[in-house]
Amino acid sequence: MRRIVAAALGLGVACGALGGDQSASEAIAQYRQMLEDGNPAELMELRGEELWTTPRGPRNVTLEQCDLGLGPGVVEGAYARLPRYFADTDRVQDVESRLLTCMTTLQGFAYEDATRAWYKAGSDLEALVTFIATRSKGQPIDTPVKHAKEVEALAVGADFFYRRSGPLDFACATCHSQDDRRIRLQELPNFENPASARTSMTVWPAYRVSQSAVWTMERRLIDCIRQMRYPEPELGSDAIIALQVYLQHQARGGVMQGPGIKR
Amino acid sequence: MKSLSRALPLLLCLLANGVAAADALEVTVRRSFPGASDEERRTRLDQDEVQALCSKHRNRPPADVAARIVESQLQTIRYPEDGKLLGDWRAGEKLASIGTGGHIGRIQPDPADRKKGGNCYACHTLAKKEVAAGNLGPSLTGIGTVRGNGPEAVRYTYQKIFNAQAFFPCSSMPRFGHSGWLTPQEIADAVAFLLDPESPVNKD
Amino acid sequence: MGSPMKVRARNDGGTTEVKILMSHPMETGRRKNEKGDLIPALFIQQVSVQHQGKVVLSAQWGPAISANPFLSFKFRGGAKGETVKVTWVDNKGDSRTDEALIA
Repeated sequence: MRRIVAAALGLGVACGALGGDQSASEAIAQYRQMLEDGNPAELMELRGEELWTTPRGPRNVTLEQCDLGLGPGVVEGAYARLPRYFADTDRVQDVESRLLTCMTTLQGFAYEDATRAWYKAGSDLEALVTFIATRSKGQPIDTPVKHAKEVEALAVGADFFYRRSGPLDFACATCHSQDDRRIRLQELPNFENPASARTSMTVWPAYRVSQSAVWTMERRLIDCIRQMRYPEPELGSDAIIALQVYLQHQARGGVMQGPGIKR
Repeated sequence: MKSLSRALPLLLCLLANGVAAADALEVTVRRSFPGASDEERRTRLDQDEVQALCSKHRNRPPADVAARIVESQLQTIRYPEDGKLLGDWRAGEKLASIGTGGHIGRIQPDPADRKKGGNCYACHTLAKKEVAAGNLGPSLTGIGTVRGNGPEAVRYTYQKIFNAQAFFPCSSMPRFGHSGWLTPQEIADAVAFLLDPESPVNKD
Repeated sequence: MGSPMKVRARNDGGTTEVKILMSHPMETGRRKNEKGDLIPALFIQQVSVQHQGKVVLSAQWGPAISANPFLSFKFRGGAKGETVKVTWVDNKGDSRTDEALIA
């Protein structure tokens, strides 16, 4: 029995030597293939669906009337079309921001309660975003840039991508504006290159093995910004949303693959 | 189409008025980091002249701007008190691997006294034995063998690490000495890691 | 009662392949939290898979196994529509059982 277990659980260890780019990438690609049916993000997706359909909060209602941009309660395809402008809040919003709008206005949660420890593994927001994103699997990224505020967000997001500051003079572009680059052995997407942008944006949210947690795109960006030695941006803030508008725009047409697996 | 024609005037307005666009960015940045202290804002979010210029020109400054940057950044360079620009390669080797220090925020900050390293391996290959090296910057393996460790090579290397933009305006490389991220002594140690013939960077 | 597992079973020419995704933190007992305190060990120790009352896989696990473990194996036999039942028990005595029909 131990042999069967050992063979099956060889999955838990990256196969292949971690020397040089090629074999490291191949090893990780192999690992991903083996885990195709076993992405722990599925567990978060299940929990997210439960949170969406369970009456919660002071008003004891479900999230099933939440409008994610395609009409109240429409989850299918919503993630691939976010961020976008919402008339009721007069803001461009991403999926987290929109969920918080619904959790506060529909369910009556206080903002502090809805955002408490949002970045901890297994948080409600993590589960809900995973659920919503999975319902865009197979759909092309198609974010609107029509409303004046969407147009402005795109310009602000692009400018922010190139904005250098901090003690290390970093901008997003410092690491993400050339092909075939890596930090240490971690490959970097190039967001000036639409093909590379598509490869990246279509597999987030993703289960990060190192964290044993699903990270949403916003979580991923906030950590990038931490690594750049900037202060921490607020969850759902306009700079982060504008940046996502830019990234989604660069990745437009890319087909959502469902939650990925990352290191 | 209707909403596009409504958006177009705003887009044209934004494009025509670069100042307004820059304002929209700065206003957005200002309100998106409410948790930052004034000190953090000043040292990590506010841009100095070089950062603002390089951002505006997307790191491809026109010739006159480039010349001004090079000249101004050369002025910033400070040297170790003892005047020794070639330090201890073993200390430099340690610095090259340290990628922590200086993280702030609520989620995963460093303790304030966490040592800051150069994190050279993030972007450069150096000693052959260290396979986990990045490629955002050129390979520096064997650089000491190529350049030697005479006074000119040592001085140039020191200056380059202190403020890379004294030579390459809008370089991706952090201005380690200018920002105080590394001390002059630490930079001298990094120079030794690169140029000392005994350093693993220069040994097979 | 532990968190739900995802169990999938598929029969192909007399062999059934079972794929199980378990939700469990699998704490080794050696990690520290932000305050510097050790996080207590919490990991699955026993896994058992049954088909028609017969045990087709039995495993003894330890803390080396990663969080949210994915287990995949095959056994001879099984037919479409029959039930496969998976149970795990951890070192604190918590357990979880889930079933799936063989496709």
